[in-house]
Amino acid sequence: MTTEIRKKVLALTGNEAYAYAMKQINPDVVAAYPITPATEIVQIFSKYVADGEVDTEFVPVESEHSAMSACVGASAAGARVMTATASQGLALMHEVLYVASALRLPIVLAEVNRALSAPINIHCDHSDTMGSRDAGWIQIYSENADEAYQSLFIALKIAERANIPAMVTMDGFIVSHGMEPVEILPDEKVRQFLGERKPLYTILDVEHPITIGPLDLTDYFFEHKRGQIEAIKEAKKVIPEVHREYNEFFGKNMPDFFEPYRMEDAEIAVISLGSASGTVREAVDVLREKGEKVGALRMRIFRPFPYEKLREYTGNLKVLSVMDRADSLATIGGPVFNEVRSWLYDLERRPFVMNFVYGLGGRDFFVEDALYIFEKLIKAAKGERPSELIEYVGVRE
Amino acid sequence: MSKLKGWKELAPGAIIEEAGNAVEFKTGDWRTQRPIFYPDKCKHCLFCWLYCPDSSILVEDGKVIGIDYDHCKGCGICVKVCPPKFSALEMVMEEI
Repeated sequence: MTTEIRKKVLALTGNEAYAYAMKQINPDVVAAYPITPATEIVQIFSKYVADGEVDTEFVPVESEHSAMSACVGASAAGARVMTATASQGLALMHEVLYVASALRLPIVLAEVNRALSAPINIHCDHSDTMGSRDAGWIQIYSENADEAYQSLFIALKIAERANIPAMVTMDGFIVSHGMEPVEILPDEKVRQFLGERKPLYTILDVEHPITIGPLDLTDYFFEHKRGQIEAIKEAKKVIPEVHREYNEFFGKNMPDFFEPYRMEDAEIAVISLGSASGTVREAVDVLREKGEKVGALRMRIFRPFPYEKLREYTGNLKVLSVMDRADSLATIGGPVFNEVRSWLYDLERRPFVMNFVYGLGGRDFFVEDALYIFEKLIKAAKGERPSELIEYVGVRE
Repeated sequence: MSKLKGWKELAPGAIIEEAGNAVEFKTGDWRTQRPIFYPDKCKHCLFCWLYCPDSSILVEDGKVIGIDYDHCKGCGICVKVCPPKFSALEMVMEEI
């Protein structure tokens, strides 16, 4: 007798997909506070709690600062813990993000990218998660709802193996409120894949009482930070390992750090994160038809920064452009550009690197915009270097 | 002081793995004034023991026997709560 595995595909928005994944994960504790465009995640999840579909202790707190603080406490007790937020909410969590990572607590955060105020805006850019890029969290940027759904499982497994917290992001409204087909993995398989959390320590073990978060001054703080840095280096090995396990277990083909597209013989390439990447690939196809050697490289994991992998793709490139959906507000373009460019500097063969900042506050990014970028790159490859390294695409003069 | 450990020897998450080791931290070094205990005046009401925020009043068999100068920070609360008609405690300046 053969067992036929029927695929279950549901039409879900990005937020619904996040909530569905959380239901299947069935975390011990979820502490969260609503914020546009991530509100639906916990709204839907709280219904699962009310309907008894999960065993989760749901903590409706009074702010995101409290949400992350409650997550830290619960995670230190040994629980599997999740939360969700966006934009200002993530900004309000900021100081506690550092506590979570330094205490080595594998909290998983379902994040929806939204511009930070001011001016107040509810639409997508990456200024929120870029603001917490140095908080010691793993950051996985998803392109669509199906990927965000799967990434929560992957993030949880990485986080709990490396004992480092992880956030998965999706572009606000574009993905969070756009309905797409999502292939639902079987509950039992998800449970099997994730297993049980094995905490490094727990504050509830009365046989082995410990102190967490003590004052740590000039004599030991540096040593503790150095240990944390090493743990994040180790996580760089855990990330591809968990992706391999995930792909084998579920018969999937999820890329880890980068998703390359027509990069084999490419001389010109664009790096992007999130939902704009499909638009870039469309432009690649258009230009490939015309015989241009162009490719696209979607960065899926930005933290820890995958410079080793980056270098594997840049050997043959003449020109590389980094698309940033956030600006550093420091006259040096976006954060991804600065890191990419810096980590290619000491190579013998390195491409000329340009920065295109796009899509701030949810400004649409069209195939024409991607074609415009490639046009600039093609010119630069022929020696026609632009006068400015950083350009703002899609803004009115 | 014992030799300081290197980063590889430390517990992950900066946790303290042994309980009750705060006693090893001699906070008495911080003191600028010290309480002096006069046993002959003491009626052992234990107000000082009750109020001391650093558990530095030493008691044996329900009787005050002295002060733990390794941990007493010299806040003076014990002197304040000692009933005036006993005055079994007195603050004096620390001498360097």
